[in-house]
Amino acid sequence: MSLVSMADLSVAQGGRTVLQHVNFAIEPGEIVTIVGPNGSGKSTLLKALVGALTPVQGRVTRQSGLRMGYVPQRLHIDPTLPMTVARFLSLPRHATRARRDAALERAGVPELADRQMSGLSGGQFQRVLLARAILDDPQLLLLDEATQGLDQPGSAAFYRRIEEVRGELGCAVLMVSHELHVVMSASDRVICLNGHICCEGQPEAVASAPEYRALFGTGTGGALALYRHEHDHQHDEHCDHDHSHEAAE
Amino acid sequence: MMAFLDDFMLRATLAGLGVVFAAAPLGCFVVWRRMAYFGDATAHAAILGVAMALALSISVLAGALAMALIMALAVSGLSGRGYAMDTMLGVMAHSALAFGLVAVSFLSDVRLDLMSYLFGDVLAVGKGDLAIIWAGAALVVGLILWRWQALLTATLSDELAWAAGVNPRREQMVLTLALALVVAVAIKVVGVLLIAAMLIIPPAAARPFARTPEQMAILAAMIGALAVVAGLQGALLLDSPAGPSIVCAAALFFVLSNLGALVKAVKP
Repeated sequence: MSLVSMADLSVAQGGRTVLQHVNFAIEPGEIVTIVGPNGSGKSTLLKALVGALTPVQGRVTRQSGLRMGYVPQRLHIDPTLPMTVARFLSLPRHATRARRDAALERAGVPELADRQMSGLSGGQFQRVLLARAILDDPQLLLLDEATQGLDQPGSAAFYRRIEEVRGELGCAVLMVSHELHVVMSASDRVICLNGHICCEGQPEAVASAPEYRALFGTGTGGALALYRHEHDHQHDEHCDHDHSHEAAE
Repeated sequence: MMAFLDDFMLRATLAGLGVVFAAAPLGCFVVWRRMAYFGDATAHAAILGVAMALALSISVLAGALAMALIMALAVSGLSGRGYAMDTMLGVMAHSALAFGLVAVSFLSDVRLDLMSYLFGDVLAVGKGDLAIIWAGAALVVGLILWRWQALLTATLSDELAWAAGVNPRREQMVLTLALALVVAVAIKVVGVLLIAAMLIIPPAAARPFARTPEQMAILAAMIGALAVVAGLQGALLLDSPAGPSIVCAAALFFVLSNLGALVKAVKP
């Protein structure tokens, strides 16, 4: 059974229809990346998925008792709110010290427990958010442009960490990104979103799909190769889209 | 029985303590969520409630509670709908106060009492008032303790809360209800104009010395309690109005605390 599925989902925000007729499901253990330009409804889709937005049409079905870990795009903690990392990890449910330490270790920041959240660097902050998201051993990890504000090596390291965490926990991962070159090759499936689902499939298939190229141009096709894994270097066996290479202007 | 409550200063002190113990944890959320104007609007609406209660000869407490709750709900409902919130709250806070003052002026026989509703009349607190204040304060503290973890999560981020199974709209409602209750019981002590001060100043004074949200709430309650005792003694000594004197004491603690934090930061 799918962890989460969306059937014919339409969502409006501020009176504007942001998502239309989205059909989507994620299976246990899958890594799915959603890409799309700014304003294409990526974050909206995640918000509808966790239940923060009520759809105007269609519905979201979550497996009962589904444990979700959510890493937001950014989290602003008001400077008037004192918060240590350890305390932050115990929200909303108390987590034992052993569990907190294990989560921080897994997220790659074992030494931060006693620091104030406001004193962390951008990279440390995102890793603490990741630690909190994996604390309850989630079945589904959601990442909303989680590397925004990190530099290139920083976000590459962050995504490597995600892959390791995924390997250890076996959870499904749904991430939203516009950093295509960093993300796409690690995914089982890529969904290209622009108010609706333009195309979806394996990373190589989507990267060469005409709908995708219409949105992102061909330049990113080259950048995609930057972070391709050695072990899935298969250039011959492609999608069955009939794509033409004349797109290079 | 309860003869020790015959002393008006003791009653006043206990009334003040009841208010600050409820206002401290709630005030922390008002500060963290930037709801200062929200507190003002709710408190100012209470004067309209007082006027209506006097006109209809019902309990002043019930009238204030009802109007505060209506205002708090209205403001809650409007928030997050794309209005410029500080403008909207400014409009509502001050017009509620103005309408309340005009309404009170029509009730000629209570005109003299107006000051006591605006600035409180803590030295005139009776045993019955005391019971109501402590019951209301206990209710607010209980409510906030019960929802503490969920409230904190919702304060950090709506989406984080939803993903963790916490409904941030419900938590906002809890705060709204607690705010209306605090306003209703605090009128007698500091009056509608200065309730927001008792919500905001003690937590703000506690902030430099707190490392966790819990420390901040407890410190705020202690600072608030000190302000009540110091303010009332000061009022007795200087023959100044009691409610404003309590707020002055709290403000002095705020200054001291921030100076202390400054010194701590400069010291190597």
